[in-house]
Amino acid sequence: MRFVDEYRDGDKARALSAKITALCEPGRHYKFMEVCGGHTHTIYKHGLEDYLPESIELVHGPGCPVCVIPMGRIDDAIHIARQPGVLMTSFGDMMRVPGSGGSFFDSNAEGTNIRMVYSPLDSLKIARQNPDLRVVFMAIGFETTAPSTAMTMLRAAQEGLPNFSIFCNHVTIVPAIKAILDSPDLRLDGFLGPGHVSTVIGCRPYEFIARDYGKPVVVAGFEPLDILQSIYLLMVQLHEGRAEVENQYTRVVPWNGNPVALKAIMEVMELRPYFEWRGLGFISHSAMRVREKYAALDAERIFDLPGIRVADPKACQCGEVLKGVLKPWECKVFGTACTPETPIGTCMVSPEGACAAYYNFGRFTRTRVKEASQA
Amino acid sequence: MSERVTAKATGPDEREQQVLDRIDRARRRQARVREDRIVLAHGSGGKATQTLVEAVFLDAFRNSLLEPLEDAATLDLGAGRLALTTDSFVVSPLFFPGGNIGDLAVNGTVNDLAVSGARPLYLTAGFILEEGFPVADLVRIVESMSAAAEAAGVQVVTGDTKVVQRGKADGCYINTAGVGRIERDAPLGIARARPGDAVLVSGTIGEHGITIMLARGELDIEADLESDTAAVHGLVAELLATVPGVRALRDATRGGVATILNEVARSADVGIVVDEAKVPVRPEVRGAAELLGIDPLYVACEGRVVMVVDADQAEDALAVLRSHPLGRDSAAIGRVVDEPPGMVLLNTTFGGTRVIDLLVGDPLPRIC
Repeated sequence: MRFVDEYRDGDKARALSAKITALCEPGRHYKFMEVCGGHTHTIYKHGLEDYLPESIELVHGPGCPVCVIPMGRIDDAIHIARQPGVLMTSFGDMMRVPGSGGSFFDSNAEGTNIRMVYSPLDSLKIARQNPDLRVVFMAIGFETTAPSTAMTMLRAAQEGLPNFSIFCNHVTIVPAIKAILDSPDLRLDGFLGPGHVSTVIGCRPYEFIARDYGKPVVVAGFEPLDILQSIYLLMVQLHEGRAEVENQYTRVVPWNGNPVALKAIMEVMELRPYFEWRGLGFISHSAMRVREKYAALDAERIFDLPGIRVADPKACQCGEVLKGVLKPWECKVFGTACTPETPIGTCMVSPEGACAAYYNFGRFTRTRVKEASQA
Repeated sequence: MSERVTAKATGPDEREQQVLDRIDRARRRQARVREDRIVLAHGSGGKATQTLVEAVFLDAFRNSLLEPLEDAATLDLGAGRLALTTDSFVVSPLFFPGGNIGDLAVNGTVNDLAVSGARPLYLTAGFILEEGFPVADLVRIVESMSAAAEAAGVQVVTGDTKVVQRGKADGCYINTAGVGRIERDAPLGIARARPGDAVLVSGTIGEHGITIMLARGELDIEADLESDTAAVHGLVAELLATVPGVRALRDATRGGVATILNEVARSADVGIVVDEAKVPVRPEVRGAAELLGIDPLYVACEGRVVMVVDADQAEDALAVLRSHPLGRDSAAIGRVVDEPPGMVLLNTTFGGTRVIDLLVGDPLPRIC
């Protein structure tokens, strides 16, 4: 298949793998964080770690939009869905994320109407077709999905749809990266920058990582060769003693991002003073809310939300996993109490969550997998 | 006036007889459903039900075993072993490119019998209809069932209809049960998989599932795809007749090929290694699956068989399969290994390795 197969070429991967290995200094251990959950998914889905030398460790970052939503927000969403005449829509990944009293699927079994959509514009269509229902879109995601939410809101405002609103849970990636850099328990050698977020915000927002923290950043694409090449670029920077922001994903990411998308976001949304991240706690200026001007589209203003903060389950170590401090399998409940069937933490739910990716695709030491596949 | 004249001429007994004859003729006249839509009365068991049964179902499936319309069909099967199966069909939308719920309901049950090594003989058909369902749609569905049954050489010999209130069902649900005769000595079963065996699939995978997802019209993705729904009993019969080393057969429906392989691995306590590059997937299916962030290995098929075959006979098996119209794209996709027991591994096209596990539920589209 064009535009896919050329990025999954095993021969090119072997060549890159050899170049990466050649740059490894003997006795040195390298730790790179892939910020984005999409990268985590690719790494496991294609078995990419098989190409890396033992001395390179990939640490999974906080960039899984489903994983960072705190339980209280899920409860709030279900509260909205329970109001008379409400039809809530959300992305497929959200459906299984547990709140304190269960997930959207559980809630639907008790009578709510929460439907899966592929795009926020589909929610708008549902609102148009069902004027007697109040349609609420549960908006989640980083800067990647925020523009489509913004465009949907602008269109809803233009059409003057009275029965459509959004429950805004959009978050921003840079404050989360900063929180990780400031966290004392993690020593990283560099970052694979989030590719899709960067299509919107560009590469400049990461410059502080290189400048203030002295860590190289390579904005990476989502095919396995993209990731391997980005790791190679990080290794070259380290080898040459540089710390810069580089863009591997030039076929999609413009250095300055997408000004039209950014303008749309800023038109309808503004930064919240603070927002709670699952496992990471409160981070200031890390999320978006709907501007006053668009209050008519803001479910938080329309519905009276309980807004109760729900602590993560005690056993759950999602926070450490999201910060990359723990590997999924190092979590106390991984694979025993917490499985994809009965997830305790969000990391086990989304296919981009580090725990789900590791449980579904990895769950095996590299050596054992190699032995088995060559048997 | 003329009637009175006739009456005078024929006398009272004859007049009564004329009326009775007329009623009888009317009753014998082929039943016809007058309503355009299913009403609750069609499920009441009374005349409306009778009319529906005779006009729609009996007419489509007519055979001497069904015609008495008894509570159960009496089958004369002679000696031997039987296979019995049942399956319910709730697909939405009811009509999709390549088929509809009707042929799906016949093929699904025929295939369950076929992969058990049985020759499918008789089916039952149970319908749950929603009040308001268009009779014309029902007729289309039943006609497809009839055509599929004829193609598969089976008869629908008994059935049932219920009508539920509007909103309590999604138009039309069908349950079919099937009986088949086992005509082969060597038993089949997924627990018989042995290390060294080859894993084959009878064609390109995932077309049905992706077709249904796209036919729901929620995704705004268009692809030139049709469901792969087909009855595979002919293909399976040829395979079993010529390749004695077939150990297990499975119809890859819900959960796709990945789910079947996990069942084999667990049941036989063996490992399975699949080579991603060898799995036949049409580019349209790969493209749509890529866009949706789902893996074709988990997507449903409705006319594909997964087989575990003695490795020495794998080439023979492929030759037989590929000579059949439904098996042209058959491929050997992997092998059974000792370790790790109970697990399925995938050698990715990229050159890495990963686990293929069972999914918790339906594959959900990813966000980004």
